[in-house]
Amino acid sequence: MKPEANVREGLWIKCEACKEILYHKEVTNNALVCPRCDHHFRMTAAQRLELLFDEGQYKTLFRPIRSVDPLGFVDTKAYPDRLKAYTRRVGPGDALIVGQGNIEGEPAIIAAMEYAFMGGSMGSVVGEKMARAIERCLARKLPLISVACSGGARMQEGVLSLMQMAKISAGLARMREKGLPYISVLTDPTTGGVTASFAMLGDINIAEPGALIGFAGPRVIEQTIRQKLPEGFQRSEFLLEHGMLDMVVHRRDLKAAIARCLTYFR
Amino acid sequence: MAQPVSSFLEPIGELQQRIRELEKEQTSAETAQALEAARRELRETIDRIFAHLTPWQTCQLARHPERPYTLDYIHGMMTEFTELHGDRRFADDPAIVAGFALFDGDPIAVIGHQKGRSTAEKVRRNFAMPRPEGYRKALRIMKMAARFSLPIVTFIDTPGAYPGIDAEERGQAEAIATNLLEMARLPVPIVCVITGEGGSGGALALGVGDRILMLEHAIYSVISPEGCAAILWKDQSRAEQAAEALRLTARDLKHLGIVDEVLEEPAGGAQMDPPAMAATLADALRHHFKQLRRLKTEALISKRYKKFRTMGKYLER
Ligand SMILES: [Zn+2]
Repeated sequence: MKPEANVREGLWIKCEACKEILYHKEVTNNALVCPRCDHHFRMTAAQRLELLFDEGQYKTLFRPIRSVDPLGFVDTKAYPDRLKAYTRRVGPGDALIVGQGNIEGEPAIIAAMEYAFMGGSMGSVVGEKMARAIERCLARKLPLISVACSGGARMQEGVLSLMQMAKISAGLARMREKGLPYISVLTDPTTGGVTASFAMLGDINIAEPGALIGFAGPRVIEQTIRQKLPEGFQRSEFLLEHGMLDMVVHRRDLKAAIARCLTYFR
Repeated sequence: MAQPVSSFLEPIGELQQRIRELEKEQTSAETAQALEAARRELRETIDRIFAHLTPWQTCQLARHPERPYTLDYIHGMMTEFTELHGDRRFADDPAIVAGFALFDGDPIAVIGHQKGRSTAEKVRRNFAMPRPEGYRKALRIMKMAARFSLPIVTFIDTPGAYPGIDAEERGQAEAIATNLLEMARLPVPIVCVITGEGGSGGALALGVGDRILMLEHAIYSVISPEGCAAILWKDQSRAEQAAEALRLTARDLKHLGIVDEVLEEPAGGAQMDPPAMAATLADALRHHFKQLRRLKTEALISKRYKKFRTMGKYLER
């Protein structure tokens, strides 16, 4: 596995949680989890698919779908320029990569979000790829696994981004009708429109430890209520306690947990 | 009760005030003349201001404190309304009203965000920012409507879902997501009307239907202009610019294929003549429900799926 963006390149890296200086290889060989404190470093979408598919092998689907600039959106930078810069830096997959492969010998589709691409924000491309992933699952009777990692909807595509929530959720409703399983994996961070659509709609919702998961971001809540937020608020363990998740699973056990759940619904 | 009104509307307010004073005076040829002149000036002033509304000014209109709210529309176009309360899970959320009424004599489920007029009512209704129980109540009523084969109309007017500790604890995201999923498949006609502020996921949670209508000066956005400015410009005072960039007006959203019909507002905005606005809205509902009633349930649901399925712009190469 390649080192991930927030694990600094080089021989040694510092764990952002326990501040320990770690040998780089020790972290990458441990699925990007700190061997000292179990802090889960953020993974790229490609790393996630490699982690979950057998032998790290999969076929990337819907590759040619690209973002456009439907609104002519300009903030401090024009949206097309942003897209170009991220495509160059992160890759052409926008904020979602969909792969088909096997999980413990059984075919499945996994849609993994790419946080490094504009904060994993969901615009038309993420919505379209998710919708196609769902339709492919319906056509081929495959289970779907999504791995969320996103700050929410992509502002630069305005209401079109918002509508992706409805579009994906409508597809998931069809999967439910057809009795096809959908497992949602929530990783750090999963907020906004992604949480308020497909990330919370799994037949089974699984989170990685310590992940920030919520609808509103903690800063927005703090500003609204003008109070400090309680310790552990909006973390995976908090959501588990409040009944929003089925389980919190260490990354080393994630694939096995998904595979086991899928055996019940085959 | 003093209400803050956007400065661009001040000339209209002043003229209205003058007209009200003249109307109180003794009728003489002189006052009649002055009254007519003032009314003409009011019409011209409205025409002048509304000829070139900016998106930011549209936001101010969408949030106008005298704009009709859900209960005004219900009472303005329906009879025998019975409000139903509670999500049967935790609480009743006054930020959303829901119930059944008669529309042209036929039963209909009606659900909408509800803002308050007085300070106390605003607080009680949490400025129409729902908690999860509001969305769950809405879904409960919608499912009941489906059971009894009744059409559903939703009125959307919220700054957004409430960002609070309790709302998060009780699953704000899950409540919204579940409504999106369930509304996509309800076997009865659904017409959604954005009447004021369509604030992000908090609006969309009542916004999945067979028709999306929008009042002329309503807004619908993925994020508030203020929130967008704070994030992208790191400066909340750039809200005016953000409002333009976000394409949140009814005209823009019709153009983007998200809104089916834009409903014209009375001169000067819905708040100038709520009964006229309610009449326009009622006509539109009649028209759309009549069309939707003709569809078989399966066609209705598959058309609804396709409607949202095709939303979004991308390139494939
Ligand atoms: Zn550590």
